[in-house]
Amino acid sequence: MRYLPQTKQSRKHMLAAVGVENIDALYKDIPADAFIKGLADLPLHQGELEVERTLSAYANQNHAAPQGSFFLGGGLYYHHIPATVDHIIQRSEFLTAYTPYQPEIAQGTLTAIFEFQTFIAQLTGQDVANASMYDGATATAEAALMALRINKTRHKICIGNALHPDYRAVLKSYMGNHEDTEVFDGLPDADTACVILQSPDFYGQPHGYESWRKICDETGALLVVVINEIISLGLLPAPESADIVCGEAQSIGIPMGFGGPHCGFFACRETYLRQMPGRLIGETVDEDGRRSFVLTLNTREQHIRREKATSNICTNQGLMALAFTIHMALLGEDGFKQLARLNHETACRLADALEKIPGVTLLNEHFFNEFTIKLSKNAKDVVKAMAERGIIAGYALDDNQLLLAATEMTTEKDIATLITALQEILL
Amino acid sequence: MIAEQKIEKTIINIAPQMNDGNHGLHYEENLLWEKERCDHSGVDLPKPDGTALRTGQSARGSIGLPQVSEPQVVRHFVRLSTWNYSIDHGFFPLGSCTMKHNPRLNEKMARLPGFAHVHPLQPESTVQGALRVMYELQNWLAELTRLPGVCLTPAAGAHGELAGMMTIRRAHEAKGQGHRKIVLVPDSAHGTNPATAVICGYTTKTIKTSETGRLTIDAFKEALGNGDDIAGMMVTNPNTCGLFESDIHEIARLLHEAGGYFYCDGANFNALVGKIRPGDFGVDVMHINLHKTFSTPHGGGGPGSGPICVTEELAPYMPVPVVVKNEDTFHLAYEDERPETLGRLRGFVGQFGMHVRALAYMMSHGADGLKQVSEDAVLNANYLLSQLKDVYHVPYKGTCMHECLLTDKIQKEKGVSTLDIAKALCEHGYHPMTTYFPLVLPGTMLIEPTETESKDAIDRFVIVMRSIAEDVAKGDTEKFHHYPVSTPRKRMNEVQAARHPKLRWKENS
Amino acid sequence: MVDILKYTPEHEWIKIENDNIAVIGITQYAQDALGDLVYVELPETGRKLSKGDEFAVVESVKTAAEVYTPVSGEITAINDNLSNDPELIKKSLAEGWIVKIKMDNPDEIADLMDQDAYTKFCEEQDH
Repeated sequence: MRYLPQTKQSRKHMLAAVGVENIDALYKDIPADAFIKGLADLPLHQGELEVERTLSAYANQNHAAPQGSFFLGGGLYYHHIPATVDHIIQRSEFLTAYTPYQPEIAQGTLTAIFEFQTFIAQLTGQDVANASMYDGATATAEAALMALRINKTRHKICIGNALHPDYRAVLKSYMGNHEDTEVFDGLPDADTACVILQSPDFYGQPHGYESWRKICDETGALLVVVINEIISLGLLPAPESADIVCGEAQSIGIPMGFGGPHCGFFACRETYLRQMPGRLIGETVDEDGRRSFVLTLNTREQHIRREKATSNICTNQGLMALAFTIHMALLGEDGFKQLARLNHETACRLADALEKIPGVTLLNEHFFNEFTIKLSKNAKDVVKAMAERGIIAGYALDDNQLLLAATEMTTEKDIATLITALQEILL
Repeated sequence: MIAEQKIEKTIINIAPQMNDGNHGLHYEENLLWEKERCDHSGVDLPKPDGTALRTGQSARGSIGLPQVSEPQVVRHFVRLSTWNYSIDHGFFPLGSCTMKHNPRLNEKMARLPGFAHVHPLQPESTVQGALRVMYELQNWLAELTRLPGVCLTPAAGAHGELAGMMTIRRAHEAKGQGHRKIVLVPDSAHGTNPATAVICGYTTKTIKTSETGRLTIDAFKEALGNGDDIAGMMVTNPNTCGLFESDIHEIARLLHEAGGYFYCDGANFNALVGKIRPGDFGVDVMHINLHKTFSTPHGGGGPGSGPICVTEELAPYMPVPVVVKNEDTFHLAYEDERPETLGRLRGFVGQFGMHVRALAYMMSHGADGLKQVSEDAVLNANYLLSQLKDVYHVPYKGTCMHECLLTDKIQKEKGVSTLDIAKALCEHGYHPMTTYFPLVLPGTMLIEPTETESKDAIDRFVIVMRSIAEDVAKGDTEKFHHYPVSTPRKRMNEVQAARHPKLRWKENS
Repeated sequence: MVDILKYTPEHEWIKIENDNIAVIGITQYAQDALGDLVYVELPETGRKLSKGDEFAVVESVKTAAEVYTPVSGEITAINDNLSNDPELIKKSLAEGWIVKIKMDNPDEIADLMDQDAYTKFCEEQDH
């Protein structure tokens, strides 16, 4: 009961002040049959030591990436996080603050998120960005909803290339609520609200935007670009010509964490600002004329518009956006670009090594830090055999295809271990 | 001569705004882009080899990012942090938001490498411990709500609402009841409720709250009509006035009879946890805010986590994945094993880091501790109400649940509004309560102390609230329109922010 | 010809010009309720509206109010100046109008309130 400050004495005193005999008198409105008889059928309270012991044992049952030879990506990447990042996000003032509804006593969060918005806008080559979204998949679904709001008379969402399967699934679930809306693969037509283009795509192939921009302009569809390896924006050209750029910012400052929490991002052209989902931080001045930051354009949001809100979302991923911002600040322009190049060069070395193995074919013409290979054996079996040797080899696609990522974390030794094991397994 | 020139140049290079406004422990801080550019990164990385690119595209040019060293970054963010109020600073009575103590054990557990550095697409044999955390959390939530189907993937409360309402929609469609398109929502509901219903393709119909602050059977029946087109009802219980809906059992019965499902917004579960199970008062679907009831930190606005708990009948329709146990191994079940599912609502498995924290919190409290949580939360709110009810207007008489509702009716007569009271609290070192919500009455103040406040902490808050009321009663009101004045910033020009949106830093602007 | 000025319970004013053109804005009462205006979302000209349709949104910092048409018809003009200066809405009928609608059925205005009825309506709202 270490988290409860009340004492037997204080409880007695407070009940008397309220004017009731016992605590159950305060629950008198509740139907008697809704009460748990005695206690819930769950364990009793435990000390910090016991909880730590149990959960550490669970954690130890997992193969963690720092154990080495880790080549899994697929929209979520293993990168280094400077110690400063975790130190700062654990400061009480950031960790245990609420959404900055009282700007006079929340300038810390507000200023940091304004910097986050600036970073995202710069990286994506867009005019404006919001304060972050749940994750890349939901950000993509929100982009489609926004396109339908802008292109009010249109009913279709076009997926232009290999979109991450989870993003595709989430998009379909969201669109399933709108009976007249259709999600399809291919090229846009006159009824298409937007084209969704991922780069690098799920198989690791980077895409240019020019031809897609032209196709979109011809049909009046918006161009939505999805990025789920944000470090690629340090080497690949920015999707400046897109109308909306969204995706996942996990690679900077945020651990994989078995799938979350991560940091979805959302940027667009200024023209579409008022159709944007999510929170926005804006600059203003206080009564003394000093620069300050506030939540702004709130009238788009659910707590004011209710049925007419642009989205039902009311949180962002504040602390994750902060982690991203701190890591970006540490990297700076040179560091960010260097990190991107290191990722690419490591992936090049991995590709070179793999291509030398008989029974392995590289399927990508181009790549950033992830690519697909074809194996002479079933990929799922290979991944399983690798796992038994302590190697997380990548993501098994259909049949014989394997998706592998390399980052700045991947060492020459990791690559050598993978190659040796793969040669043995493919024999 | 050369030396003199050098000095002159150094002075010119100091940006005049750099130290402007520092005093005592208050430090002004400029933006990253306004700092003098460092010629190297704050991170030492290996030098790239410069091998030929295989991206198929030319390398990106200048992005315009700032560049500073590590000590500057640390100082920048530490200074910014000192401009925030947090639960670790003090009392944070934000109604309906449950700002309670965030144990650091939970942070430590979430950062164990076996949790922090694992990937959800790893072979299941290599992540059994992570799946076990999720499985056990599902079981804790199922038992505490008495709703056996649990899906952990929703990323936050509003996302849980969406998951829950889509589950209802899917169930109606599966039963050939897809024509049901209306959702009943009380006027006291959170704004997310109607927003969620609309995103699910539903229209909403309002149930009016009575003068007792509760739903009545008559008002419900009127909204229900013959019930043919009613998909369900979204109700927060305890409601946003801090009251338990005493007729909820009968209302749920009538709704079920008409073929609708009962969605309960779990925002106020802190009043019930460990003591009362929503499944026992007719709830079909409920989302749980792990960041409220189970104390995962709010982080300045996320990440949250909003698992949903549903009845056995609705379980096949909820989103995937869910964790199942086959003999001794844990396994993620997707569409192929759950063909009736509505599909996915988030990438991967959800906010797993929050699942670890919530489980650590539940294990720490146990069945006995959680019951005490609920009882102390309710006692604290009632005690606070008892100490303020003679100086503030209490719209609904009697006791409350885990939060109490006041209005500014008495103070408004002297020209002091809820906004002014909130800003006066900022001035006196408190985060204000929730203001102007619920919308059922003008000038509402919703106060939720939570169970992690001592009697002493509440007494000190009461002193401030009473002194505000006294000053207003005496007519000493002018100062209230200017509060806060001791905070890093005073009241904001929100009109300017909205009229000319400036949402990012730009050179020379 | 004398201009006809009418009011709706949703606090819009309607001025009839040339028999069949309705000029629509929001009344002082609505302006006061909204406070400082920050944005007006305008429709596009040529759009066909049925009586009761929402055609614009007027936003202040804290709230947003939809504006509904009390008459059916086609939008023939919008007041573009409001995009840059939303506060113009408060200046005068001549400067603060939002849209002009060519009415399909001029009889629809018969149900609307005149100045006296509207003043009384507002007084009742305040109590």
